Amino acid sequence: MKALRSTILGPVVATLLAIIIGGILVSAMGYNPFVVYGSLVSGAFGNAASLGNTITASIPLILCGLGIAIAFQSGLFNIGADGQYWVSASASVWVGYHFTGLPGWLHIIFCLVVGMLVGAIWGGIIPGLTRAYVGSSEVITTMMLSYIGILLARYLIEGGPMQQKGFNPESPEIAQNTQLPYFNQTLMQSQLSLVAVAITILAAVAAWFLLYKTTTGYQLRAVGFNQRAARYAGMRVTLFTIIALCLSGLFAGLAGAVQMLGVDHRLLDGFSSNYGYTAIVVSLLARNNPFGVLLAGLFFGALTTGGQNMQIVSNVPAALTDVLQGLIIFFVACERIVPQIIQWYRRRRSTRSSVAAS
Amino acid sequence: MNIFADPQIWASTLSMAVPLALPAIGGTFSERTGVVNIAMEGIMLMGAFFGVAFAYWTGSAWIGLLMALIIGGLTSAAFAWGAIRVSADQVVLGMAINIFAGGITAFLLDTVFGFSGTPVTTPKLPNVSIPGIDQIPYIGQIFTNQSILVYVMIAIVILSHWFLFHTRLGLRMRSVGENPLAADTVGINVWRLRYSGVIIGGLLSALGGAYLSIGVLNSFSVNMTNGRGYIALAAMIFGKWTPFGSFGAALLFGFSTALGITLQGHGVSSNLLQMIPYALTIVALTGLVGRSIPPAADGLPYDPKR
Repeated sequence: MKALRSTILGPVVATLLAIIIGGILVSAMGYNPFVVYGSLVSGAFGNAASLGNTITASIPLILCGLGIAIAFQSGLFNIGADGQYWVSASASVWVGYHFTGLPGWLHIIFCLVVGMLVGAIWGGIIPGLTRAYVGSSEVITTMMLSYIGILLARYLIEGGPMQQKGFNPESPEIAQNTQLPYFNQTLMQSQLSLVAVAITILAAVAAWFLLYKTTTGYQLRAVGFNQRAARYAGMRVTLFTIIALCLSGLFAGLAGAVQMLGVDHRLLDGFSSNYGYTAIVVSLLARNNPFGVLLAGLFFGALTTGGQNMQIVSNVPAALTDVLQGLIIFFVACERIVPQIIQWYRRRRSTRSSVAAS
Repeated sequence: MNIFADPQIWASTLSMAVPLALPAIGGTFSERTGVVNIAMEGIMLMGAFFGVAFAYWTGSAWIGLLMALIIGGLTSAAFAWGAIRVSADQVVLGMAINIFAGGITAFLLDTVFGFSGTPVTTPKLPNVSIPGIDQIPYIGQIFTNQSILVYVMIAIVILSHWFLFHTRLGLRMRSVGENPLAADTVGINVWRLRYSGVIIGGLLSALGGAYLSIGVLNSFSVNMTNGRGYIALAAMIFGKWTPFGSFGAALLFGFSTALGITLQGHGVSSNLLQMIPYALTIVALTGLVGRSIPPAADGLPYDPKR
């Protein structure tokens, strides 16, 4: 219980600090912080449609975040989820409009599986192999491949083979029967799909099960915890490095596929979504726990949709939410300072009391 | 291929290399002292925004440049504090700085300058031509009417090579990134050198950012650096953590961008050409063309009390 409290406390304190600093910032620019945050909260949870928007926005963040959390737990840093997301999105859209003869459910599964596989290959093979065999940092390789992936997706619809003839830079729409059904009429405008929600929750359960209930998961975590000890214990560190990065890419790929089938239905020129980067924040805030990722993802989904509402209602730029995100990670990363401050305080008090005693 | 005979493409290569070479050399300083610097992208953005903002408020591009350096230095000092004093994960912290910088510059641009952005009357840094050189037929055209920061960059390349590899302080800085414990044992202040490495990195990144906003243009737009901080990181790795190498890589990457712009009318996809820097970096890391080996203690926090 105490352990649970201390793992939750850090992220909560970091978030509160970020909110306070953000509040000071908006007050300095002449806004009322309570109105600003009020419009943010009501924009995220105010009515059924905005709640639907929040959940819809959180789905890609949660799915990417799960993958990043698995990599983190294996001691690896997948910074390239954005590229994995877009490459998989392209692949699943291609499958989605190319094979029109299949029954709907099979076609949907086909799209998802292709998305996941492409993500796993993109995220796992080159970074995994180079990390395992030449020891080059996966931070750099995943980042470089991320840019290549985004440029590849952009190329595909800007003059490349996936561009719809004679139209704007966008791909053809995927087949009607592969588009995930929306929740119901009221939530139609938020594009919330029950199937997408189910996939997301299933993915979180699967990630948790994999990490904590299987031998593979135990080995992944062991490799992440202490590579040398894991190698000494006879684990194939090389193999698990590749597996971890593949799994990480697989979830980012699922995110791309679900987003395409559920929301976008085609590849559009919106490559600055930054899902991959926000998902890093999500998994850090969740302390790499799959169920924590669900909560943290919802929180950031709320920030995204609430931020848009805040911009409309109180004229504060939605970029404020990026400021908050940056501050949150900064404080989460720096929370190690807290025990140091406590230690320093205790030491000072004990020296003072010993001085007083003598 | 008369494209290559046109001095214009080399002039624009040189110009495109500035916002890559400066942060890449900055990153070299930071990583040579042992701190992984992913925050360059964010620090460039801070430099770009505050450079143009102060140039507008004070009416002087030089004061803008100075403020860009100060704000960039402060941002990198915050990064350094987290990375060195708190021993936080340097990659995570760098991401935090990048997201924060992207947000705060967009936020301030919107709230301070409003919809129309920074005014067109904002002064920019002067372009100069060196009298002797501009008379030489082909070379002269490359160096004519370039931003003053192009020449500053060339000076910085040479100075930082000399500093890192031919001075005692440079040797000490490198030792801190290779083996901090040994450096500490012989009485070198590891933390102080790391702070200076990161802050030099921040200053050079901010200079690179300011080049974008008050060097080539006189305006700022949201996410103006557009990933150049990350390409600079790639240039640094491709250049094997040396100033000349970083500069060479920056020229190569700048050339691929310039070529992309030139070939746009010729039916070659600029998206594909833009992949070149990233692909080359991966190739460099796999060791197919001479391995890039980072400083041994790169990314590892050092706690002197332990």
